[in-house]
Parts: sequence; C-alpha cells; structure tokens
Amino acid sequence: MSLNDDRWPRRQNIQETVVLPPASAAAAELTEAGLPRLLAGVRRGGGATPLREHLHQHGPLTDGRLRGSERSALIELVERSGLRGRGGAAFPTGRKLRAVADGGRRPVVVCNGAEGEPASGKDKLLLTSVPHLVLDGVALAAAAVGASEAIVCVERNAGDALAAVTRALDERQRSRLDRVKLKLSAVPPRYLAGEESALVNWLNGGPAKPTVVPPRPFERGVSGRPTLVQNVETLAQLALIARHGAAWFRAIGTADQPGSALVTLSGAVAHPGVYEIALGTPLGEVLAGAGGTTGQVEAFLIGGYFGSWLPAHTALPLPLAEQGLRAAGCSLGAGAITALPAGWCGLVETARIVRYLADENAGQCGPCVHGLAAIADATAQLARGNHNPSLERRLLRWAGEIQGRGACHHPDGAARLVRSALRTFAEELRRHERDGPCRTARRNSSAPKLLPAAERSWR
Amino acid sequence: MSVRLRVDPIACTGHGLCAELLPEWVRLDDWGYPIINADPVPGNLRAHADRAVDTCPTLALLLAKERR
Repeated sequence: MSLNDDRWPRRQNIQETVVLPPASAAAAELTEAGLPRLLAGVRRGGGATPLREHLHQHGPLTDGRLRGSERSALIELVERSGLRGRGGAAFPTGRKLRAVADGGRRPVVVCNGAEGEPASGKDKLLLTSVPHLVLDGVALAAAAVGASEAIVCVERNAGDALAAVTRALDERQRSRLDRVKLKLSAVPPRYLAGEESALVNWLNGGPAKPTVVPPRPFERGVSGRPTLVQNVETLAQLALIARHGAAWFRAIGTADQPGSALVTLSGAVAHPGVYEIALGTPLGEVLAGAGGTTGQVEAFLIGGYFGSWLPAHTALPLPLAEQGLRAAGCSLGAGAITALPAGWCGLVETARIVRYLADENAGQCGPCVHGLAAIADATAQLARGNHNPSLERRLLRWAGEIQGRGACHHPDGAARLVRSALRTFAEELRRHERDGPCRTARRNSSAPKLLPAAERSWR
Repeated sequence: MSVRLRVDPIACTGHGLCAELLPEWVRLDDWGYPIINADPVPGNLRAHADRAVDTCPTLALLLAKERR
C-alpha cells in the first residue's frame, strides 16, 4: 500500500481499487470470451499468489532446460501466436526473440517493470499479484534465447511490487525451479527509466537515461551482450502461450493483434482500475465493464501521457487494437486510458501533462530540453486564455520541429499529445480566446505532482 | 553509394557551425540546434558536408553511408 498516490492520474490509487473484469467478478470460470487469462490467478483478498497455488492454477512449467530444437520450437510457437509487445511499441515478440537468439553471444534477458507512465498500473498489478506468472515468462524467454542470466527491473518506489517479486524470487530459489539466474534491480522512479536503452544504460552502471541507438539493446545491451528487453505483461502472456499454445492465444483478439491485453482505466470512470480485455473490443464496451463513465465525458486520453486526445464520439466506438486506433490517429500504447471528467478543461490538463513531460526530460538532447520547455510554456499560455493565432502557430511549428530529433521518442510523444489537444479542444481554444481564462484551471490537477527533488534522481 | 547527414542529439550542443557550412542542408531551430534534411546529400554538396562533419566541435555530426 506504499504506492505513491501522486504517481496516479487522480488521487485515487488505482492499484487499491483494482476491479477484476466484470465477467470474472462472480466466479473464476471462463467466460465465453475466455477471460480472464492473465488476471485469472489474482487473489480476491489481494496479495501475491504463492508459488504452489500458482502452479496448481496454471499447471507446471517446463524446467527451462531446453535444447537447441526445443528452443527454436518455443520461438516458433511465440511467432505463430502473433504476440506483440505490451510496453507500447507493439513489436512482434517472436521476431525480437529470434534476433536476440541469433545475436552470436550469450544473451541477457531483462524484464521491464519500470512502469513510469503515471496513467498505467497494469505492470505493477501483475508484479504485485501474480509475480510467478511474470517470472515464468522470464524463465521461458531466457530458455528460448539461451540466456543464463535474467534481470527483473522494478521501479524503486513501487514498494508492493518490489516486495512481491523479492518474495517470489526467494520461493523459486528454494524450490530450485529455474535454471536461469534471476536477479532483481530497483530502478529510479523516472518517466524515462523504462525506455529500453535507458534501462540497459542503468543496468550497465550508468544513469537511467536513454542512449543513442543504434546499437539497439538486442544487438548490444547489458554487458555488451544481445539483450532481450520485454515488458512485464508480454512475459506473462508468454508464460500462458507456452502452456496453452498459439491457437488458444489467438482465440480472442484481432488477426493483427491476437490475445488479451491489460488496460488501465482512470479519470471519470465509475470503477477505475486495471482490466483484461480481448484486443479489438470497442472502448465503449470496455468502459461499460467498468461501470461506465461518471458524468458527461467529452474526451479521452488514449495511450497515457505518450498518447493522444480523442473526442468521446470518435473514441467510444473505436476497437482497442493498434490497427483501428492508428486510423483515428492514435495508439493504445501500454493501454492507459483516461476519461476527462465533465467540467474539466482539456487544455489545462494538457498543459499540466506537457509540463510534467518537460520536467521529466533527461536533459540530454537540445531539441527536447529547450523545445519541451517552450511547448509547455506556450500550452500553459493557451490554457490560461492568452490565445492568439501566432502563439498557436508557433506551438504547432515547434511540435513539428522537435519530432524525431531526440535520442529517444520522448519529444515525439509530447508533440503528438499537444497536436491532438489542439485538434480535440479546438472549441475550448476559441472559448478561451473569447471569454478569457478557464475557471476549471484552478481545480486540482489530474497530472501527478513531481516527486521531491531527493527522489528525482537518475541513479 | 548515397550518404545521409546525421546528428548525435546527445553529443550536439548547438554550436551551429554545420548550418554555417552547409546552409543548403542544415538549418537551426529557435534554440540553435540543427534541423537536418533527411534526404541523401547530393554530390555537389558532398565536399561541404565533409567539411561540416570535420568541423563539428563535439563530433556530433556524421555522414551515414548506405549500401545500395
């Protein structure tokens, strides 16, 4: 319960109000859609599922002593399943596994639980409640690529997740379950620490800041070895695919993006929390499962702080899968969805989020350091009602100019967010121009407060 | 073989010499950092591009060769 409330989009602590998918609320038996999968083992009373209970629920795990042909069979299985990464980039997992396995040197596996996105809580939920499902995935991924070492990265401030993983690693060691050596690393609680190259930088003894790529981690990562960095949920999915097969996995979801996914619903939602959905389920249906929205919601932030605003009438019928969302100009990212509460100003919220992103930049690349600060200032001015066409034009020019000019995609995300806000809240913009500053600007922010300076460290 | 001009954004500190030596291909943003044309550098600018790369005080500029 030590999660820092300020990290969340609203004062409510998502992790403590986790609601199981509606279908699973009554019983653990599978619904027609075959859900829940990942969350099937989540204990009703909270707390982590112990190893024995976990193995009873999901069945035993191959011991990780895979030979050459079995290793490639496992990679082929993942390829056939169509699993894509659940950290935001939706890269085909099988392809990544193969690239690392073919890297020529003994690889390292990194489980990425540095969930820095303030609007997301799904990885912390998995680590806190079903750590063994995640660790099964780590062990399997290590076996598949031939790694003898795997590192589980968890945000330093995520006390419950850290404690649960520490206990789970201990349980596994005592029962000599894994062949791969599993280690834990507590990562600085920064927005960018979970970026692949930042995580590798950190594990190599540097600050948790992104580095210039190439070389990408799969080519040269931890200790210079080919490194498989996979998101927590992706590895948990891998643990299920290894047990149930590719056809089972593909039974739900879309052809392009099969399977289930975790989404974190926050903002004006009756029961905010982490939900497991079949990919491709329309947003409106997903929200209905969470008790619907509270009040009239005009817009949604899809994909977290790295995402885009969409007007409610566009967003609600959209199937939550990359293909459909891309057509609407957004991306599911790591599955964070925030409903803008009625009466809140989208421009004010955007200004706050952009300020947060600007403050969380790594201080490395000029266009990001200066560009994000300027963009945050200009957005704040627009939100305060100092609207003028030249300010808006300059803001759009900056958003275009910083795109693709950082070592990582941090500036791109901020630029996308601002552009989507100017599109979605065009009417508010005119209203601010006409009537002056928005009264809701004085409301409590939905954006997290920055951590105290002492904790805002890169090491 | 075509070459493209690239900048290492972490190494770049915005001296701006590249934009002075190769204004056809590099302009500066409002904070003095280079915005580089992503297309292959044409042959007639190649010598200027080489000079810009050699002159960069932080060695942040490079020409990326492409096979094909």
